Amino acid sequence: MWQLLKIELYKIFRRPRTFIAFAVIAAIIFLIQVALKFGGEEYVGMMMSGLNSTFDAPADQVMNGYFVCFIILNLLLIHVPILVALVAGDMISGEANMGTLRLLVSKPVSRTQLLLVKFTAAGIYTILLLLWVALLSLFLSMLIFGTNELFVARGEEVNIISAADILWRYIAAFAFATVGLITVAALSFMLSAFADNSIGPIVATVCVIIVFTILTQMQIPFYDNTIKPYLFTTHMLGWKGFFYVQGEEGVTIERSIENLPAIIRSGLILLAYAVLFLFTAIWYFKRKNILS
Amino acid sequence: MSSIIQVKHLSKEFRDIKAVNDLSFEVPAGQVYGFLGQNGAGKSTTIRMLLTLITPTAGSIEIFGMELRHHRKEILRQTGAMIEKPDLYKYLTALENLRIFALMSGMKVTEKQLMDQLAMVGLAERAKSKVRTFSQGMKQRLGIAVALVHDPRLIILDEPTNGLDPQGIADIRKLIWHLSRDLGKTLMVSSHLLGEMELIADNMLIIDKGKKIVEGKKEALLNPDTVQVEIMTDDKDKAIAVIRETNWKDCLAASANGTVLLEMQKEDIPQLNRTLAERGINIFSLRPKHTLEDFFLSLTKN
Repeated sequence: MWQLLKIELYKIFRRPRTFIAFAVIAAIIFLIQVALKFGGEEYVGMMMSGLNSTFDAPADQVMNGYFVCFIILNLLLIHVPILVALVAGDMISGEANMGTLRLLVSKPVSRTQLLLVKFTAAGIYTILLLLWVALLSLFLSMLIFGTNELFVARGEEVNIISAADILWRYIAAFAFATVGLITVAALSFMLSAFADNSIGPIVATVCVIIVFTILTQMQIPFYDNTIKPYLFTTHMLGWKGFFYVQGEEGVTIERSIENLPAIIRSGLILLAYAVLFLFTAIWYFKRKNILS
Repeated sequence: MSSIIQVKHLSKEFRDIKAVNDLSFEVPAGQVYGFLGQNGAGKSTTIRMLLTLITPTAGSIEIFGMELRHHRKEILRQTGAMIEKPDLYKYLTALENLRIFALMSGMKVTEKQLMDQLAMVGLAERAKSKVRTFSQGMKQRLGIAVALVHDPRLIILDEPTNGLDPQGIADIRKLIWHLSRDLGKTLMVSSHLLGEMELIADNMLIIDKGKKIVEGKKEALLNPDTVQVEIMTDDKDKAIAVIRETNWKDCLAASANGTVLLEMQKEDIPQLNRTLAERGINIFSLRPKHTLEDFFLSLTKN
């Protein structure tokens, strides 16, 4: 199994297209960091203008590495799934398209084993992509902007989290985001098992994410209880929960999380979706006639 | 002689199309088994069923005396295949491709072993070139190296000479002879190049529309007691009339464009020639049809 996994990882990381996602992420993060370095105070001013008028904090205190990372994650975690789909959606259909799938399936490896190994490889790629996001958005921002308290705006209120109470929240948030992106990888992987060309599963995954994200963000009461709870994109936003804290008389309680059960529930729902997508892919692929 | 492959009543249906229809055959050990049929005859579907790429609708496949469904891994570990086009990872080198497929077959191979394999197919000097830079012939040879890299007992090659120039075809022919005669491998080779199959195969199976037409030793198939004889005369109708007066009247098979076709005993041909000449019929040519191509076309033209 380990040998097969090494082969799959070797194939992924010997393809130039694999590194497109890493380059795109680096470019976006760099652009955001440059913009905030030179226009950060203006941005903070705009953001604070919608808040309760009693809140007042100097912009240079608000603008720090943790705050920049929070902004980047808000912007980026909607788009990273598209980059995950580029690789996960190509795992099986790409082999069919190249004509190598028939060689793989005629080797002494079971189809279930082949799919599990391929999915694990897609998962490892996803984790590496998130580590790359973490390295650039968190650690590089900490170097460039320094560290201080994190100001998290929620409607008209602001949660203020002390600098010593932040890092573990980011680690937890990235771990949660990993689960969310693995779910996207599983969806893309499942669609890949159905197809014989790479474009179809990638485009289909992107379409599903766009439609579900629009539905998730629509403020229509009818959808709030009927559709939204069942969309995996709704639960992918659960990482923000680690930055929503409990307070007592206006003071934030250290190491607190406002609604941990909701985060756990969202994480379990995402995992359930991932397992469902993966098992559907295996069930279908075991019966598939390889005609490519 | 023991059989390496035993196929019994194999069928495959795709919706309402019967791609393979009640096909049974046996591949003897240590021989080159030619698998012939027109495009769409069901050759590739059959080969894909032997390699578990396609699930049969009915029938059974035994390889090395084991049922394929229940002993898939053991069988595939000892089987090498090149299926249709030799598609490989174009962004990897020849050496990398070879290593990947050796490892997938459960073989740990040294770089020297891989290089020896590439040398055998004449690609040692291009070992570190990316496959995307290879010509069709080089890809074909690399595909064969991939099929052989784990030293299989059974080698299945689907159209191995596709896209090769005459020298490349001759090289593949020599390689197949070497594998069969020197190394004792069993090869099942499908091809539409009938002349090539005539040169390399010991046994043959011809299928048409998914069904077996004929199977047997090459010599027996190409030199049977009864042969087809094509006669070209200046008066086809008169020739037919004469033949109808003789004991060969039931041998008439067809006639067209000045030629008469008979199926008859080989030793009767000189007597037929004399009879027609004595009755004043000018014979331009009298040709026993016994090349594989003639044989194949006579079997499949209807």
